[in-house]
Amino acid sequence: MISSHIGYYSLIFGFVLSITLLVYSIFCFKKNNKKINQNIFSILFFQFFTVIISFISLIYSFVISDFSNETVYNNSHTTKPLFYKISGTWGNHEGSLLLWLLVLTLFIFLFIIFSKKQPAKYRLLSIFFQQIIICGFFLFLLSTSNPFNFLFPVPKEGLGLNPILQDPALAIHPPILYLGYVGSSIIFSASLASLVENNINNQWAAHIKKWILISWIFLTIGILLGSVWAYYELGWGGFWFWDPVENVSLMPWLCLTALLHTIIVLEKRSLLKSWTIVLSIATFTLSMSGTFLVRSGILNSVHTFANDPKRGIFILIFLFVLILLSLILFFIYQNKESNSQKKFFLISKETSILINNWFMMYFLSVIIIGTTYPIFLEVLVNEKISVGPPFFNKLLIPFLAIFLLFMSVGPKLNWIKDNFKEIKIIRIILFFICIFVSFYLIRNISSEILFSSVIGGAVLYLLFISIEDLIKKKYNFSQVISHFGFSLFILSILLNSLLSNEFSANMKIGQELSFEKNQIKFLNVKVLEKENYKSVIANFEIVDEQKKTTSLYPEIRIYNQPNILTSEADIITSIFTDKFIVINLLKGEEIFNVRYQTKPFMIWIWLSALLVSFGGMLSLIKRN
Amino acid sequence: MYGKKVKLRLLFLSFIFLIIILSVFLILKSLEENVVYFISPTEIKNLSEININKRIRVGGMVKEETIKLSQNEISFVITDFKNEINVNYSGAVPNLFSEGKGVVAEGYLNDRSFLKAEKILAKHDENYMPPEVKEALEKNK
Repeated sequence: MISSHIGYYSLIFGFVLSITLLVYSIFCFKKNNKKINQNIFSILFFQFFTVIISFISLIYSFVISDFSNETVYNNSHTTKPLFYKISGTWGNHEGSLLLWLLVLTLFIFLFIIFSKKQPAKYRLLSIFFQQIIICGFFLFLLSTSNPFNFLFPVPKEGLGLNPILQDPALAIHPPILYLGYVGSSIIFSASLASLVENNINNQWAAHIKKWILISWIFLTIGILLGSVWAYYELGWGGFWFWDPVENVSLMPWLCLTALLHTIIVLEKRSLLKSWTIVLSIATFTLSMSGTFLVRSGILNSVHTFANDPKRGIFILIFLFVLILLSLILFFIYQNKESNSQKKFFLISKETSILINNWFMMYFLSVIIIGTTYPIFLEVLVNEKISVGPPFFNKLLIPFLAIFLLFMSVGPKLNWIKDNFKEIKIIRIILFFICIFVSFYLIRNISSEILFSSVIGGAVLYLLFISIEDLIKKKYNFSQVISHFGFSLFILSILLNSLLSNEFSANMKIGQELSFEKNQIKFLNVKVLEKENYKSVIANFEIVDEQKKTTSLYPEIRIYNQPNILTSEADIITSIFTDKFIVINLLKGEEIFNVRYQTKPFMIWIWLSALLVSFGGMLSLIKRN
Repeated sequence: MYGKKVKLRLLFLSFIFLIIILSVFLILKSLEENVVYFISPTEIKNLSEININKRIRVGGMVKEETIKLSQNEISFVITDFKNEINVNYSGAVPNLFSEGKGVVAEGYLNDRSFLKAEKILAKHDENYMPPEVKEALEKNK
């Protein structure tokens, strides 16, 4: 009871502070001081403090299972383990918005502390723009999604958290992803501020690059965590399904990656100023629309919490206002910028980065069209369709080969102007060797030989080139690590998709089946009573081609509150391959639907994606 | 006439324009090929002609007492309470696949009354019904 009161009033207080800051920052801005008034720091800190108080009181309500709080009642249960009571705080609509708000206020506070070298007016404007966003979220939270609503009479028991969300990876997935999403809000505010202040220069680029890196690293890891979770919890047995919800997180990532590259051109050559601003605006807009699409219930998925149309409309209007505001600012102030007459030469690092951007924009538009087309079609002609993986694979993968080649050449070029005099014949030979090797390896296992071997060749080439760079240490180390990680990533995906194997059947206990020189034995079933679910654990034995025996224990969990069945896959991971088994009940409890997969190089996909973000971390540390 | 710079820029712009047109065309064409339409059993009955090479999704309820199992196959009947379609499927099923529950089957039609499914979708929540299914059922009430 008390904690809900504290949380609620502290939110209102935070909202008042937000309005104060809006007015006060403009007031200080007009005064033309060289330094920022100390009061601003205090207010920013207090605002962050109020939100964190409110967040902690919500966590507290979850921990003590205070069912007088509607959010707790809807999403928690007394028998739930403590860890998931806490993570349940952000496993719902209201709580996750509070988390958004927390990260928003945290980021602006940190931003102001770490931007002391920047002009005061620019920092004040950044506060102003960020407070517009924060204000919007406060309003949204207080008017349509208050996490502290009271229930009377107080229910004895809560409704429980969706069991598939009761998972360690999913407990930390939202906060990490939000750090990435919301991190782009700072980039957005800072870009608008520097646009108005006509402050877009090398120095600003160097300073904002840190923030781009931070939000990029978190976004990458956040998407990775979601993907890992979908792999073992949903039992789909893959890492990416082109599900609309996945695509929505990939869109800002592509935009942010493009921005990460463009900002280097701005830093080193003072070029592409307007384009940088456009990308910053686009990244945040995509993050927001992602939230909107996922939250509003338009895309249906486990992320869909809100079915209240008021909420969707609020986010839509808010999004519209932000886009309108940034577009107006962009068109008013964009012309001020003196069009630098620096030349763009065809063969130079800046051109190669521009090419990267073109590719990113292409990938982005394919994903945007594939994700939103079904929505438009349904609204316009009420026809229901879905766009599946073939669409994305067909449009993205062929371009990947060219993209990879540019990736191996681009970073080696000089700024301003380069020429191909230094092209070594050995490189070209290496390239053809790569194509040949991949053709030789792939010819027996794939039907699309040409396709796969071209990509395989490009990937191997990039891999060798980055290894060479790593050894020589001639180029930017963090960049090489990321590019090396990316080539490893694509290579693992390629091998994974070529070599994966699947077998499924309906089996009884004691049955034994064989497939492709493998044998699968269904030994027995054990039933255990756990804290908040009943667990049915099956035991399988696989004898593979090398006569090696593996025991696997897939599980079905029957949760009592809410009453839901989930399958827990059993996965045995080794360096080269994952053995993945998942079972399902069919018609009573005698016959099980069994699906056994071998997924080669799965762990390499995760590790290489981690390596990509690790490159970003190195770059961040280096700069500090 | 125009200077060299202007000509170059014009060339560059038309080049970009061409690329954009090309990629939009590519995207739309491949969209048309890869879109999967959602149809209810009644709509299948009323189709003037069926295309057996086109991937579709059929949604409705799994009819009670119709799930039949063999070692490699599952067969069942999808109903929208007005019309029915037989579905044959081999592979893994989702958690909440059972009789009397909502289901979406994706695959190819053999004829008007038989679907060879390659994918079965159901949702994770006991109370949840795919919106497509809900609508298909409501239409026929």
